[in-house]
Amino acid sequence: MSTAREVILNRIRVAKGTSPAEAVNQSYSSIQRDYQSVASFSREKILHLFEDRLRDYDANVYCVDSQQVASTVAAVLRDRNIQRVLVPEGLPAEWQVGAEFIVDRGFTPTELDQFTSVMTTATLGIAETGTIVLQTLPGQGRRAITLVPDYHLCILPASKVVETVVEGMHILEATKNLPTTFFSGPSATADIEMTRIKGVHGPRFVDVVIAL
Amino acid sequence: MSRVPLDPRTAPTFQQAAKTLLGDAQLRKNVRHATDVIQAKRRKLVEEKQDWQQLRESARQIRAHSLQHLDVYLEEFERNFTRAGGVVHWARDAREAQSIVVGLVKQLGANEVIKIKSMTTEEIHLNNALEESGIRAYETDLAELIIQLGEDQPSHIVVPALHKNRAQIREIFRKAMDLPDLGDKPADLADAARRFLREKFLRVKTAVSGANFLIAETGGICIVESEGNGRMCLTLPETLISVVGIEKVIPRWSDLEALVQLLPRSATGERMNPYSSFWSGIHPGDGPQTMHVVLLDNGRTDVLADAEGRQTLQCIRCGACQNACPVYRQTGGHAYGSVYAGPIGAILTPQLMHMDHSQTLPYASSLCGACYEVCPVKINIPEVLIHLRNKVVEQNGWYAPESLAMKAVAFVFRSERRFRAAQRLGRIAESPLVKREKSTFPILDQEEATKSGWIGWLPGLLGGWTDTRDLQAMPKETFRDWWEKRGKA
Repeated sequence: MSTAREVILNRIRVAKGTSPAEAVNQSYSSIQRDYQSVASFSREKILHLFEDRLRDYDANVYCVDSQQVASTVAAVLRDRNIQRVLVPEGLPAEWQVGAEFIVDRGFTPTELDQFTSVMTTATLGIAETGTIVLQTLPGQGRRAITLVPDYHLCILPASKVVETVVEGMHILEATKNLPTTFFSGPSATADIEMTRIKGVHGPRFVDVVIAL
Repeated sequence: MSRVPLDPRTAPTFQQAAKTLLGDAQLRKNVRHATDVIQAKRRKLVEEKQDWQQLRESARQIRAHSLQHLDVYLEEFERNFTRAGGVVHWARDAREAQSIVVGLVKQLGANEVIKIKSMTTEEIHLNNALEESGIRAYETDLAELIIQLGEDQPSHIVVPALHKNRAQIREIFRKAMDLPDLGDKPADLADAARRFLREKFLRVKTAVSGANFLIAETGGICIVESEGNGRMCLTLPETLISVVGIEKVIPRWSDLEALVQLLPRSATGERMNPYSSFWSGIHPGDGPQTMHVVLLDNGRTDVLADAEGRQTLQCIRCGACQNACPVYRQTGGHAYGSVYAGPIGAILTPQLMHMDHSQTLPYASSLCGACYEVCPVKINIPEVLIHLRNKVVEQNGWYAPESLAMKAVAFVFRSERRFRAAQRLGRIAESPLVKREKSTFPILDQEEATKSGWIGWLPGLLGGWTDTRDLQAMPKETFRDWWEKRGKA
């Protein structure tokens, strides 16, 4: 193993020479970054854009006051006729209204497959791309729970919605070692004649409640 | 389910393969349709980004910097990934990478693996190696599944089955999945794949992937995808083995901010791909508890050693150059004889593998520059193509016709006297071939066109030009002659 390692590293060094660490850092910091990195829209416009983008990906979006989250959750679950919902540890109890909520205890993949619905919160929303960022944190849980069930209800405080991808990545800098998933609308494919089809393996249905 | 993989060592030359494929009207129609759709979506979403050119420039610099200090960042990645509980392996070539992966799977006592679409594992023919060792590999990307079940070959980096239409896919699925009543709507087909694969996702304990980026700073891996099959493979199994080209490493987490904006817009014409996954090594209670990364050289260090060819390694595998290429759009991917098709394949394959394809792939291009224009990391593909053509001519020796012709031209161009003499000689030599008739060439006025005339046939090697195009005859009077006369008057 080590021989292949030495051979490859040596080939690289022969190919392009080596530089002292200081020169590497200097070269790195001279990389031009002139792209847009801060928001240019008002809060209101950012939230509108986020909603639009989510709808563009066929997600349902409900923008409600934070006091109305619980009643919205109950109404959405009733409309979808959902009685049993998987939730991660650490999800606020006051949101868990209108169905039976079962906390993930590290279910096996087969056990997870028995759940049709999952409810979580998220770390961030990115408006320009309609992206929701999930991390292995309380209230969001491990990656598998937002993957196997067919329906995902995500509750996101409006304060966590940013305008640009760059802003989002800056915020995530603090937790960059955590397992992180960006999802932008439900799972989709365009492999057959470039026709977009929702839901190949991930959740086919996604609802988002934005709490103002 | 064994199939013969695309292998530049045994594939016919590009020109031979292209000639056959140009006769397949269905394939050309399918490829044309798919590339048209992606290009239209891409154009719209690129126009939406006011800072697109700035993003491209940053990404180019990030990638060039990473390659310039590849050893530093690979070691940093190895350190951090190992600290996070993963195991790093190094593989000099395809054979070594195959044996590492097969060894790991056997050590686990497994006889099947699920796979995320990965061009790198296609490059090293991993599925065949697994099969030879009695291990079944299930492709889980819809397009890769179509190809695997149809015993076919990938023809595009991003949408490998774009050469198949829904009726063809339906036939493949009906047979392979034993579904006689399967419909032919794309939704029916996707649903069949969902059901076919779900059981495998839940059962198989070992997964094999590639990676879009390795992040040195965090020992992190990034995989972007659309369907969620990637997440299934990298989240549910107990073990994940990722085979990654050494060029995929980037320095820091924050570098992703440019790259994840460029990749989905360029690849599939989306603002963001439906799923992006980032993680470092093992996270207790979440995802595979054993993780291996195989860092693959397989010719990459040779590309790195060539200062002019090195930029090829900046590629982030978005496939935009394929969709834009007028040559690829006519032939599809199989003509390139390698899993990397289109303009990027035309420069990557001959550099990774020194063989007959080096002779033909650099010529599989019209040098129109469309690939350079769309490349999100600004790889100057036409420049590298010309560089490779130059190498081909060098390999063929000074007495090859192209080399001789260029030497003669250089000799003439170096002296004004020789140049003028050649012009006079040319006018005399061409005179029997020039047709003095009305041209249909639109931008010349008819009188001018009649005066200058056209050449429709040239003898010998030169006929390569006039077989498909007319050549305008040399003017009676050159600009220099006219200028000198004007000064005297």
